[in-house]
Amino acid sequence: MHSVLKKAGLLALLATALPAHAHKLWLLPSHTSVSKPQWVSVDASISNEIFGFERAYPVDNLEVTGPDGQPATVDNLLKGHIRSVFDVQLDQPGSYRIAIAKPGYFLMYQVDGDRQRARGMDADKLLAELPDNASEVTLMEVHNRLETVVTLGAPNRTALKPTGQGMEFEMLTHPNDLYDGETAQWRILVDGKPAAGVEVELVPGGTRYRDQQNNWTVTSDNKGIVKITWPGPGRYYLEAATSDDKVSNKQASQRRLQYLGTVEVLPM
Amino acid sequence: MRVVLTLMISLLAGIAVADSFRVEVEVPRLRVAEYHAPYVAFWVESPDRSTIVPLGLWYDDQEKWLKDIRQWWRRTGRGQQAPYDGLTGATRVPGTHQVDFAELDSLQNLPAGDYELIVEAAREVGGREVLRLPFTWPANRPQQQTVQGSNELGTVSLTIDP
Repeated sequence: MHSVLKKAGLLALLATALPAHAHKLWLLPSHTSVSKPQWVSVDASISNEIFGFERAYPVDNLEVTGPDGQPATVDNLLKGHIRSVFDVQLDQPGSYRIAIAKPGYFLMYQVDGDRQRARGMDADKLLAELPDNASEVTLMEVHNRLETVVTLGAPNRTALKPTGQGMEFEMLTHPNDLYDGETAQWRILVDGKPAAGVEVELVPGGTRYRDQQNNWTVTSDNKGIVKITWPGPGRYYLEAATSDDKVSNKQASQRRLQYLGTVEVLPM
Repeated sequence: MRVVLTLMISLLAGIAVADSFRVEVEVPRLRVAEYHAPYVAFWVESPDRSTIVPLGLWYDDQEKWLKDIRQWWRRTGRGQQAPYDGLTGATRVPGTHQVDFAELDSLQNLPAGDYELIVEAAREVGGREVLRLPFTWPANRPQQQTVQGSNELGTVSLTIDP
């Protein structure tokens, strides 16, 4: 009974696991640019379809930063069966960064030849819960940054300042100033330093209503800069990943870094 | 007498209209970051769709993705449940694969007329493609059709031997 329960727990944790065939993790704001103080609503889900809900993404570590750099007001945090949802109050002019970016750990091991996986925020606790007969144990540090930005009135940059931790996009072009046919420039940072040769995959929203993904990839240059020309108005999912060995827990063999962003491009 | 009659009927039913109804499908090799073999469905339609005969399905027991074989789902899939009609099997790896549907009574018993064989492929985090291969039933002489897919399917051919 105990082991069954444990297994069920592991399965639940797998919902946010990354490797090989990772689903896409995303935040989707109801609005990205508004002209009057108001609430916006944001969905958080894990899916293949962009942007169709499949599994709720946990929002326990949500951080919303207001235009003054202070935490903004969040209400109605709800974890549903296929999506999480919350409201953000836009009460002062400027840009709000909505992010879920707390690092975690991913543990892979084998028991009697069966591959097992577990995920959690505390590496030592994960390792302590390993069965005695576990073999081929690999601990991976995982930094997933889910991010989207919304603006009341004119955009500002206070909330967009990179934290210097994990993978981030320095938004040289403001994410709420994207228009059809224009080119955005962003600098990819890892721990605050430009990261060259990182691939960014982009998928336009609405995959349910077409037969091809229409995704494309851009790669950061030697200054870490990617240039993205928007092929049309709409919402876009973007994803960038890299890995290194700069782990913060010595027992981890590798650090996986991902940036998962949602932006909206408006018609010219 | 009754035994003889039953025997005759079963003999008649056992006479195949076509010896083979062979479909060759090329599953293209794709260079993508995340690859899953496509789900592929095969069925026969009459021009006005009054006759729909499901022939087969390649899938990996994940019913969740069946709706993504959208035409098949609409025409026949959504009205079925496992085990699905026709010859079913696991998804196929990239390469050329053959399947012969001649053993299906539902195909052999098709009323005479013009039909299309429809082959639809849908790939998880990939695309979808539908190909149509016309044929006439019953096949009085050998028939062959070949069409070329552009995304999720490569060359698909149908060979009917009477």
